[in-house]
Amino acid sequence: MVEFFWTYLWGPLWIVIQSLLLLVPLLIGVAYLIYADRKIWAAVQLRRGPNVVGPWGLLQSFADMLKFVFKEVVIPSGSNKILFLLAPLVTTVLALTTWAVIPVDYGWVIANINVGILFVFAISSLEVYGVIIGGWASNSKYPFLAALRSAAQMVSYEVSIGFVIVTVLLCVGSLNLTEVVLAQRSGLADWLGIPWASFLNWFWLPLLPMFVVFFISALAETNRPPFDLAEAESELVAGHMVEYSSTPYMLFMLGEYVAITLMCALMAILFMGGWLPPLDIWPLNAVPGVIWFIAKVCLGFFMFAMVKAMVPRYRYDQLMRLGWKVFLPLSLFMVIAVAGVLHFFKLGPVAKAAAQAAGVN
Amino acid sequence: MELANAVAGLFFYVFAAVMIMAAFMVITARNPVHAVLFLILAFFNAAGLFILLGAEFLAMILVIVYVGAVMVLFLFVVMMLDVDFAELRAGFMKYLPMGAVVGGILMAELLFVLVSWAISPAVEPKKASALKAAESAAAAGITNTEALGLVLYTKYVYFFQAAGLILLVAMIGAIVLTLHHKPHVRRQNIPDQVARDPKKAVKLVQVESGKGI
Repeated sequence: MVEFFWTYLWGPLWIVIQSLLLLVPLLIGVAYLIYADRKIWAAVQLRRGPNVVGPWGLLQSFADMLKFVFKEVVIPSGSNKILFLLAPLVTTVLALTTWAVIPVDYGWVIANINVGILFVFAISSLEVYGVIIGGWASNSKYPFLAALRSAAQMVSYEVSIGFVIVTVLLCVGSLNLTEVVLAQRSGLADWLGIPWASFLNWFWLPLLPMFVVFFISALAETNRPPFDLAEAESELVAGHMVEYSSTPYMLFMLGEYVAITLMCALMAILFMGGWLPPLDIWPLNAVPGVIWFIAKVCLGFFMFAMVKAMVPRYRYDQLMRLGWKVFLPLSLFMVIAVAGVLHFFKLGPVAKAAAQAAGVN
Repeated sequence: MELANAVAGLFFYVFAAVMIMAAFMVITARNPVHAVLFLILAFFNAAGLFILLGAEFLAMILVIVYVGAVMVLFLFVVMMLDVDFAELRAGFMKYLPMGAVVGGILMAELLFVLVSWAISPAVEPKKASALKAAESAAAAGITNTEALGLVLYTKYVYFFQAAGLILLVAMIGAIVLTLHHKPHVRRQNIPDQVARDPKKAVKLVQVESGKGI
């Protein structure tokens, strides 16, 4: 019996335990990120924000969740029922799936797969289906218009995100997300002779234009303001979510915020050194890596929230112009420039491998 | 190891069965949007089969390119088209014999290929060496992404470039077909707007009262 347990049941059970250890903190974290989003937004507008439920309004997100759950699920009679309910599930499940490959500390990852970054890119490119299916299945004008609009937007910005990922990969030489972070342990600070200033080692500095492109594309990819044209309330009421109520609506919201958190995590991993401490000196490098990782995700989210508070919404043609005529040429150019620099100055993983091979022979 | 093989076998049959069912539903679904969604399901299961083969790079690229981009556009077009089902079904019996002939020929060809599958003796030694290379690559810890890159950009670089050129031509063709220059449309020129300054845009005029400009 004991042997049976260890051979057959322990493996799946261990995965379930790991997933719970990741998902429970993640979902509670998302609840507080929603709260933080509203508080930051309120602070910029000189309001107080949520402050009634619990001390300083800390339980507001949970109260909202209960409110959504206890309401009636209204399914429009003309809608396509199965697809109507499938859409919010697709959004949430896909957003949560991606977290399986995100390393929050060295070795703290559920699936340390070789193509981690492609997995993230693949799954986040599927998130458009939640929007497009939801908009179509509602069988109503505004959701459908919003879905078409949003699908075009998300597909456009995926292109530039793809090229940003390519530039980072050129500097790393691996598609594994853990390798991406480990590659940021040495770099600019070492050459400058100040190895303690490890935040200079991270890719945000050498790849600064790509960092900016990635940040803005992440806003567009997750339908955050100023690119929230999918749910532009002044034109389309609430976009693809008009017909949704109660728990399905909550799943849409949850999926959206999990996707935003994911983009912040990706930004932390690709450009801000993941779980590495910003200064490699005593009290800071003794802090567990996961704390640094969370801090970086929160910093990313703070930037998302500030952009939402400060920047007016883009017009649709301007959005498309930015994606196709500014970011696409810029990121294409940067891919070639980065590859050229790495080749001619004998930097990067390929040159290192070649040097090693030459040393061995 | 035995357990892992059993699980892999189980997953193979799950993926294969769902894929065939989904592919069947693609051609039988009455609603074209449903058909496209079933096609997406089929692609997903194909990606699962690739993963079982250990080709994780191909699986991810399949999902990114086909499901993430191509099928979105497909869905886009199908949703916007106004398909008349009655009209579509009216011609069904008329075209059935022709369709059956084409399907039959295709099926026969596939069977011929499967039955007479053989590797030419000229290639046989190469196959051995390729297998050896694959084994040594696996032993050296080269991931299949890296292995694909090593052959794609060296040995097959001309084919790769040719494929890229074909896609470029297709893209230019599509743009040329749909491009219309409308002469009287006022477009926003963002560099012009950014380059404007008060000197060019604002003119101060002293107007005597009662005269106008």
